[in-house]
Amino acid sequence: MSKNPEFVKFDKVDKSYDGKVLVVKDLQLDIAEGEFITMLGPSGSGKTTCLMMLAGFETPTNGEILLDGNIISNIPPHKRGIGMVFQNYALFPHMTVYENLAFPLRVRKIEKDEIDKKVDKALSMVSLNGFETRMPGQLSGGQQQRVAVARALVFDPAVVLMDEPLGALDKNLRESMQYEIKHIHESIGVTVVYVTHDQSEALTMSNRIAVFNDGKVQQLSSPAELYEKPVNSFVAEFIGENNTFNGEVSDISGDECKVKLSNAEILSNAISVKSKGEKTTVSLRPERALIEPTEKMDNMFSGKIEEVIYHGDHTRVRVNLLGNPEFILKVPNSTSNLELKVSQEIKIGWNSYDARALDPK
Amino acid sequence: MSSETKQILTTDGIPLEVSLKKAEKKNKIKAFLLVAPLLLFLFITYVFPIGEMFTRSVDDKMITNMLPKTFKAMEKWDGKELPPEEVFSGFYSDYKVLIENQTQGKLGQRLNKEKNGFNSITKKLMRQIKRNKIDESQSIKEQIMKVHKRWRDVEYWQAIKRTAPPYTMAKYLKGMDMYFAADGSIAQVDEDRRIHRILWLRTLEIALFVTIFCFLMGYPIAHLLATLPMKYSNLLMICVLLPFWTSLLVRTASWMILLQQQGVVNDFFVMIGLVADDNRPEMMYNKVGTYVAMTQILLPFMVLPLYSVMKTISPSLMRAGKSLGGTPFVAFWKVYFPLTIPGIGAGCLLVFILAIGYYITPALVGGASGTLISNQIAYHMKTTLDWSFASAMGLMLLSGVLVIYWIYNKLVGVDNIKLG
Repeated sequence: MSKNPEFVKFDKVDKSYDGKVLVVKDLQLDIAEGEFITMLGPSGSGKTTCLMMLAGFETPTNGEILLDGNIISNIPPHKRGIGMVFQNYALFPHMTVYENLAFPLRVRKIEKDEIDKKVDKALSMVSLNGFETRMPGQLSGGQQQRVAVARALVFDPAVVLMDEPLGALDKNLRESMQYEIKHIHESIGVTVVYVTHDQSEALTMSNRIAVFNDGKVQQLSSPAELYEKPVNSFVAEFIGENNTFNGEVSDISGDECKVKLSNAEILSNAISVKSKGEKTTVSLRPERALIEPTEKMDNMFSGKIEEVIYHGDHTRVRVNLLGNPEFILKVPNSTSNLELKVSQEIKIGWNSYDARALDPK
Repeated sequence: MSSETKQILTTDGIPLEVSLKKAEKKNKIKAFLLVAPLLLFLFITYVFPIGEMFTRSVDDKMITNMLPKTFKAMEKWDGKELPPEEVFSGFYSDYKVLIENQTQGKLGQRLNKEKNGFNSITKKLMRQIKRNKIDESQSIKEQIMKVHKRWRDVEYWQAIKRTAPPYTMAKYLKGMDMYFAADGSIAQVDEDRRIHRILWLRTLEIALFVTIFCFLMGYPIAHLLATLPMKYSNLLMICVLLPFWTSLLVRTASWMILLQQQGVVNDFFVMIGLVADDNRPEMMYNKVGTYVAMTQILLPFMVLPLYSVMKTISPSLMRAGKSLGGTPFVAFWKVYFPLTIPGIGAGCLLVFILAIGYYITPALVGGASGTLISNQIAYHMKTTLDWSFASAMGLMLLSGVLVIYWIYNKLVGVDNIKLG
């Protein structure tokens, strides 16, 4: 079975609610069949609007949305055959778990025996067998969440949309649910469009992540690439932790460039700078900078420790480095690193390849 | 398990229950004192008057007090043939006391209600007694029987015996167009005189239809109120509540202006050519007027509970219904509607109960065919001054409401009601 790489296609989609502000601007997004794609962004970035347009609860102001090659902008939600998991689960409180799951099957006029089978299968998928006669109110948050997932999948939809489904759960439950949803996706191969503002959730679950800001997709790539190679400073800032230096390009040759800061010059990887004299923000992941490196690194500076925060498995060290008092280091907790003290002068080094010179903030 | 059977002590060795009671005592007294005014108020204005109404509605002590010796003697009488001498002499001495107190007229009137013809024969007996025509040394039975032939008729004595109990259900029977026949059985009044039963049925009918109309109009309004953005819904809410802030009398009067034959609505119908000018429909002083005015006045009582329930229904539930493949109708009928049932129950019960006892509006716009049982109660309170009958009907209305409440509880469950 060949997978359609444009199973869901947003084609030049604009959306405005009031005719003045565009909530979604010129969205161009292809989602492959069987893919787990996450729309990630701060609130108000237009990600939920995109999801609602796909589900059919909002209409695009301009452009088309295609599902498996067919334009669906004029198809009402109930005919789209798209499953949806809502933020607050939206389980029908007056129906039992069984009735909730049977609802999409009953409206499709499926035989009773067939319904029983499908409901049973869906419940075993989320390991909730034996809960058929419970009311949603008698279930815990995590169980309700699983019922919602099972309900969105029970009628074998081509696409399942999830709108911040784990937002109301506590941290531990959220993490275990992340894996559970990921495994369900892997085992049945349904296309999932997932919306969240939690970056760690996006990183653990997705095949690809679309980072939204200001109505636009800032970057669409795999989690690893998104983290390792952010294309602009918004993405670098939004995904994971980030140390930044603001400066000016003083020299550029191929992929490498020199960035002049107020009191020093650092070697960086030229990503979005092209010529000398450009303003730039250099982004460096905290775990890529090492304390007292043993191997040779092309950026070596010394700074004063401002603060040491113990985190169990690692220690966060805040250093005043090159005029940036917020420079963060993540130091793994090995015996050699326990000597770190505030006001101590330490040497810090990193490879120029890991320091990405991006657009200025 | 064992800890439940053992007595638990506090750290100071006092049993836990005792200590808890002591600690809570002050709060309990405080709570009681706070509700005490309301309890007192409820007792004075609610429990006590209803009790008073009940005693008044069944009270029939007047004759019992007037003819003590008669009823004492009648205890031994089987009531089939003319009573024995003791009954006659007892009645004679009772009646003489009444004449001395000049209250014999009341007895005649009351007995006349029980059986026609008593008024004249008691007056005749009074004149004989006043002229000292009765010789107390002779048989009193013979002498009274000579006064008028009706005194020889056993039916009249049976009628007296029927009034003996100090309490009677006669008023309640009258409210249902029934009465105690001569032989003590319950009989129906003639068909052309059954006014109360028609009124009861009409009251139920009007209350039912007003409830239905209110529901049909209130449901969409409440839905709109619950889903509109705040600034519009507030405006709409004011429109719904506006009638609340206007005097009931003013509202009813404005309906009179609108609905009368030369009124605004009729003028409009004539203007757009819906009806001929000389054939204006009558929309007032009949059921139509009552329906229209009562529906408008009671509408907020339907809208408010519905609104408060709908407000709590998350819009994502309808969306979920649709995204799962339900048509908008199916999503509404299977998901939204069942969730509004508590509001529907509360609204309908509220409107129905208010409608069943409605008074001013039907009195003003109802005319002859649009008046309700409450108007009949008021009529007996103000015009005929038959307070006991009015009390009886009021209590029948109250128990009707309680029955409806009970049925509702059986069908839907009162716990489901949500008033706000």
